[in-house]
Amino acid sequence: MDRTAQARRAADAVARRSYGKLVAFLAAAMRDMAAAEDALSEAFAAALADWPRNGCPANPEAWLLTVARRKGIDRFRQHRNGEAAAVQLQVLAEIGESASAEGDDAAIPDRRLALLFACAHPAIDAGIRAPLMLQAVLGLDAKAIAAAFLASPVAMGKRLGRAKQKIRQAGIPFVVPARDELAGRLDGVLEAIYAAFAEGWSDPGGTDAIRRDLTAEALFLARLVAELLPQEPEALGLLACMLHAEARRCARRTAKGDYVPLAAQDVALWDAAMIDEAEALLLRASRLGRIGRYQLEAALQSAHVERCRSGRTDWTPEVQIYDALLALCGSPVVALNRALAIAELKGPEAALEIMDALAADGRLVDYQPYWAARAALLARTHAYRDARHAFDVAIGLAGDPAVRRFLQDRQAALPH
Amino acid sequence: MQYLLMLYAEEGGWSRMSPAEQEQGVAAYGAYTQALKTAGALVGSNRLQGSATATTVRVANNKSQVLDGPYADSKEQLAGYYLIDVADLDAALAWAARCPAASHGIVEVRPVWSM
Repeated sequence: MDRTAQARRAADAVARRSYGKLVAFLAAAMRDMAAAEDALSEAFAAALADWPRNGCPANPEAWLLTVARRKGIDRFRQHRNGEAAAVQLQVLAEIGESASAEGDDAAIPDRRLALLFACAHPAIDAGIRAPLMLQAVLGLDAKAIAAAFLASPVAMGKRLGRAKQKIRQAGIPFVVPARDELAGRLDGVLEAIYAAFAEGWSDPGGTDAIRRDLTAEALFLARLVAELLPQEPEALGLLACMLHAEARRCARRTAKGDYVPLAAQDVALWDAAMIDEAEALLLRASRLGRIGRYQLEAALQSAHVERCRSGRTDWTPEVQIYDALLALCGSPVVALNRALAIAELKGPEAALEIMDALAADGRLVDYQPYWAARAALLARTHAYRDARHAFDVAIGLAGDPAVRRFLQDRQAALPH
Repeated sequence: MQYLLMLYAEEGGWSRMSPAEQEQGVAAYGAYTQALKTAGALVGSNRLQGSATATTVRVANNKSQVLDGPYADSKEQLAGYYLIDVADLDAALAWAARCPAASHGIVEVRPVWSM
């Protein structure tokens, strides 16, 4: 292999291994995420020019950090002046020096959690937090993120740029919040990770490479937060919940790509190791004694798994967990899913009654799962005409072709 | 970093208060200002006269237009400000939340453009 290819491979390996750590460290020192990213990408470019000539350094992380710090200082001198800038410059010089002098990449402090808290700060628009975190820690470019969130690359790039500008100009700190504020602020971080995961999840067939990858990236972030905050039950709960969903990925589609609902899934296709890990996390979380939304969501997944494996027909545990979830966060989607659990416990009529009340709220009118659920329940009460109409609406709202096919088959199977 | 805390409040509120309530309100702002001073965070502060006293000026085509009244005709009006110097946005938001105006109105937090 020639030296250029070797250098490129070494740089790729560092990027995969340490990108987030390096950006987080630089961003905290510079108090500027965009400048940290720019400085690091300049350092990578310098590495590709230097390493083929002089050989790959023993500690590439430290090499990149030293160069990035220098680029950052140059940029700082060009663009900012005044007393505050002088202080900042001093801090940057000192921090960078001490880290790279160690000569060991393990000595670079891990500031990724602080970076995630900055990205999910309440002063940042909630809709851009997940994309920002994915870019900050994983280095995904605006194009990949835009594809995952169904936005135009240009618009996504602009929104990311504005958010980074806000972080710098408003002085959003790169710190993990103090104990008394941690739980509240952590919520924003977890919500953004869950949003990224849900974006990946909406392509369960994994037909789109970028969207499939995003699920893995979101899992990476959830693992990172759970590792760095092992005493926060909700961080463990979110990871458990995501692992449960991920464990069933292969069972959610037939070989032909047709949608398989939970009740019809082949239990043998579930990833048992992932489920075990999720269960262990949930147990650890419950021992910390602070219940929350993600632990309840994970408990629900856990109950579904246990029911399908054991053949249990009593839905009391599921309904109880939904009651708790509904009390905690009264979202119409939770209320809808609770109604479906009640259908299994008390029959479709009881569930339809709840759904009628929910529909009055108006927020579910264009929510495809609402109409699909309604259609299925109506069919069970032999109201076939109404069921056919509800299926029509559900099919019209379905974005996933496999789900659309599934609903069309169910509709066609209705007796006349 | 310096931040300007802009205090927006419904203007009728003050005149509807009893003298005892007004006294209490003034005392709350006094204590807040004192706390900012003690923390070494206060740069400057003022309460403003009501928006009925406001006059807006703009120059168009070399002619100045002077209009009676505030710039924005909203229910909540700018009633005063605190200019503070703190470490970061979180510290500024913590001070904003302690401001009495945050309870009876709205506090907008803006970083100052540093030259």
